[in-house]
Amino acid sequence: MSTYFITISTFIAIQAIVAYGLNIIVGYAGQISLGHAAFFGIGAYSAGILATKGGLSFWAALPLVLLICGVLGVILGLPSLRVREDFLAITTIGINFIVEAVFLYVPFFGGAMGLGGIPKIVLFGTRLKGESLFALCLACLAIVILLCRWFTKSWAGLGCRAIASDETAASSMGISPVRFKLLAFVLGTVIAGLGGALYAHRMGFITPADFGFPVSTMMLSIIVLGGIGTLWGPLLGAVILGALPELFRPLADYRMLLYGALLLLMVRFQPGGLLGEASILKNILARMKGGNGNAR
Amino acid sequence: MPGDTTSPILSVRELSKHFGGLRAVDGVSFDLMTGEILGLLGPNGAGKTTCFNMISGVYAPTGGTILFGGRRTDGFEPHEMAELGVGRTFQIVRPFATMTVAENVMTALGRSNYSGLHAILRAWNTTGTRRRAMELLERVGLASYADRKAGQLPLGDHRRLEIARALALEPKLLLLDESFSGLRHEEIGVMEKLILSLSASGLSILLIEHNMKVAMTLSHRVVVLDHGRKLAEGSPADVASNPDVIEAYLGKGGITDAAVGL
Repeated sequence: MSTYFITISTFIAIQAIVAYGLNIIVGYAGQISLGHAAFFGIGAYSAGILATKGGLSFWAALPLVLLICGVLGVILGLPSLRVREDFLAITTIGINFIVEAVFLYVPFFGGAMGLGGIPKIVLFGTRLKGESLFALCLACLAIVILLCRWFTKSWAGLGCRAIASDETAASSMGISPVRFKLLAFVLGTVIAGLGGALYAHRMGFITPADFGFPVSTMMLSIIVLGGIGTLWGPLLGAVILGALPELFRPLADYRMLLYGALLLLMVRFQPGGLLGEASILKNILARMKGGNGNAR
Repeated sequence: MPGDTTSPILSVRELSKHFGGLRAVDGVSFDLMTGEILGLLGPNGAGKTTCFNMISGVYAPTGGTILFGGRRTDGFEPHEMAELGVGRTFQIVRPFATMTVAENVMTALGRSNYSGLHAILRAWNTTGTRRRAMELLERVGLASYADRKAGQLPLGDHRRLEIARALALEPKLLLLDESFSGLRHEEIGVMEKLILSLSASGLSILLIEHNMKVAMTLSHRVVVLDHGRKLAEGSPADVASNPDVIEAYLGKGGITDAAVGL
């Protein structure tokens, strides 16, 4: 496989991981977040600083990185989740801008110059790059997908689905909205943190702009395109939105325009996403299976 | 008929809820005896649903106290009231539309599983949970729709689904908010039978009802509210002949009451 292909695929895998985190928050628990890149960034910067200033290996730092993302998820999630819908969207945008500004203006984080010199991940004495790093990202992605599958099968997952459907009714069924919304939010931020740590070590050099608001909208586009709240939607969305700009290089400058148009078309014609309930793609897959298949 | 009616399962004292200057509920007191069906009646805007919402924890009262099973519960959250054993339905039905009918009931079967680590470690879609949900659906007559999407049911079935969900909580007290409104004639009979059978099994029931005939037949006692205050209380027969009640429903204030709404 060519280096180019591996490079693109590694990015797609990392983006998919982060998108799976967002899917738990927006898809499973029904809480809109437009600031998911903030937690992607918190993961990346924590990993970067622990590696460069703390001298920790990726593996030693990872539990700390996930813990930091989880704790900040609770601190930022608890007040945000008190508001709903439009207000939650605005609050999470605010979180994104504040976190980006902290990376940008606090010298400890390297400011506009970014944070460099983040070493490669070492596993069993070998420095991971190219195929081996891609394999690690795929393994992480697989774990995240399994975790999401587990979550949907747990009582917490059912509780979140009920809250997403009707919060008032859910609470009268004995489901605490605060507890489960926060659980979903924190799970999402921890997964974003994992993606961030992989990203930081892959790049070796990160800047605040890598985790800005456009990245959050990109993540939301991925899950809306693939199928919000589905198990395979975020992966499909990440592959399509990751590969499209590469396939149509001349259109690279119009990427944002393309995303915007795509999002609009999806919301208008396929609000459930490509793998959503009763989508065109799902119908075709079902027909190929002989009409009785249930493609997930 | 009520068996042991000596101890109240629910005591409401001087309960008030003000929305700004509007006194939706203003110093209402009543008791609901164990095993009793108590009807909460009144014209539009009388404060019936607001009372319900305070008892079930949706609103925190502005003033007054609520005692459920001898315990102060005013200001509790809805999920805490559900855990304590208060099941409720909604006047405007609130099904989880994208879930199947059986899944709707299963969400309410998780009471003990939603706390602590059980929530993450235990699977919800087990044969045991499913069997329990089917029993409840059979009880309300919806078993044959178990695998339909809840959003596709007609209104009458929605109302019975809400009762099945409430029963899944194994409640001590069931709050029914206008379970008869929008039902067809034959559905009313089915619903009456269902409520009477639940009462016969020992469940205490507080029902809000607009349909006077139904309310008067089902209730052991009724409380009539008007403009947020208690207007009358007693047996259905006494209350039906009370001149204040007749005036509130039909007399001078009747038309303006309806127009003010809430």
